[in-house]
This record gives sequence, C-alpha cells and structure tokens, in this order.
Amino acid sequence: MSGEHTSAPVAARVRRLEERLIEAGVVAQEQLDASLAAMLKGASPVNGARIAARAWTDEGFRERLLTDANAALPEVGLSMAGGIQEQRLKVVENTATTHHVLVCTLCSCYPVGLLGPSPSWYKSEAYRSRVVREPRAVLAEFGLVLPDDTAITVWDSSAESRYMVLPRRPAGTAGYSEPELAALVTREGLIGTAAV
Amino acid sequence: MRPGDPAGHNRAPRYVRGQVGRIVECQGSWELADEVAAGVAEPRVEPVYTVAFTAGDLWGEGGHQVTVDLWESYIERVREDGT
Repeated sequence: MSGEHTSAPVAARVRRLEERLIEAGVVAQEQLDASLAAMLKGASPVNGARIAARAWTDEGFRERLLTDANAALPEVGLSMAGGIQEQRLKVVENTATTHHVLVCTLCSCYPVGLLGPSPSWYKSEAYRSRVVREPRAVLAEFGLVLPDDTAITVWDSSAESRYMVLPRRPAGTAGYSEPELAALVTREGLIGTAAV
Repeated sequence: MRPGDPAGHNRAPRYVRGQVGRIVECQGSWELADEVAAGVAEPRVEPVYTVAFTAGDLWGEGGHQVTVDLWESYIERVREDGT
C-alpha cells in the first residue's frame, strides 16, 4: 500500500456538517464532544491484545472465544456493548495453514471498542477494493508474505457483525507471561495485515 | 446472491451480486438495513448469513475465499448444479 491515503477531505466535510448542525441548533458542540468521548473511552488495541494473550495462555478461553466471542469477553473485563447496542463479535483464528484478514468494502465497519479508531488505510478505496480481489499481493505489500499453500479468507463485514483476528502466537514465547505476550500484539496483527 | 441494483440503501456489495456462494453460518437476526435507512417505522427483521464465495467464482482467478454478511432477502437458493 502506498501509505499516502489521507482522511483530510472527509474530515473537512464532517466538520462542515457539524458546523451546519450546530448553527441550526440541532446539536451543541459540547454534546458532540461528549458523545465522541464516550464512544472512544477505553477503545484501544490494548483490548484486542489482551484478548489474544489470554487465548494463547488459556485453552478453555480460546475455545469459548472462537465459539461465542460475546459470551467470552466478560472473562477479560470487556464487552461489545460500548455503542448504541451490543454488536456481535466473531473471532477468527490464524493457524499454520490458514490466514484471515478483515475489511469493510462498503464503508469502514471495524471493532472500534477492541482495536481503537481504524487506521486511515483501512478506510482507503485502494485497500477496500484490492484486498478482496488479491489479498496475497496486498498482504505482501504490507510485508506479510504467506506460503503459497496458506488458505486465505477475507472477511467483508457488510452487516451487523464485527470481526477480530486471533493471530498466531509468536515462536520462542513459551515462558512469556500474559502481559508480556499482550505487549507483542499489534493492531495490524488483529486486522490480519501482519503477523505478530 | 440475487442480481440487480436495488434503489436506495442496500448492504450487498456489488461484487457478489448474482454470484453463487455457500452459507457457512447463520449469525442471528437484525433489522433490514435497507428499511432502517429508509426510515420504515417497523423494519423487517431477517436472519443474516455469513456466505463464502470463492475467488475463482468472483474474479476468475485466485485461491482465496471471501465471506460476506447478507440479509436473507438478499439471497436466493440455487441447486447443487448451480442453476
């Protein structure tokens, strides 16, 4: 990916819309700030990293997470209920032979509560249009070259579910504690555009 | 996946319209996004399915698969032979 994508034009358009709504008395700046702050409170890839580290160290949690992620999240003090309504979460697990990567081709659906605000490239037309068509090439551009026999699934979150990738546990981490493992997990690893 | 380009809001990505996929999971039921966007007072509630499409079917090349989340009225049943 070029890395040149900018969200500035969209940001400017959103700001103009906000100003119109404020001028018209529909909403106050303070209300906008408060609702944004509430939505983003605690939203960080640290959450996704903690989930991955727990799954790597607790086989029972891993199974519950892959079977019914919404039911498993409270075990690590998290939930998908931070927005207007609880969202369904599906966690997909990378293995030695399978790789998963996330996209929203229609817009920018993303598990904000678990991964924080999405990176600008995730919302770019280039990523959204190309990753469903040639994921192997797109991942290679991100620096992730997968073996030819790895089965790739691209998850296009086009409805109400949100997705998160459970990356493969890095080699050589047998003696690591859960917090030490969590510190290794990156946002890109949880999207599926990088290994951990 | 039904073909066509319905008027108004719709959450079926264009690249799967008219394509044959395989249902891998029923996710539960949600209000139909088309009717929510149109301001329908009591939107239809429909099952949403995870549907897997092969890259070969979608693009004519590639060994991967793409899963898309589709409301029930977006899809129609096809026989094993694809007709």
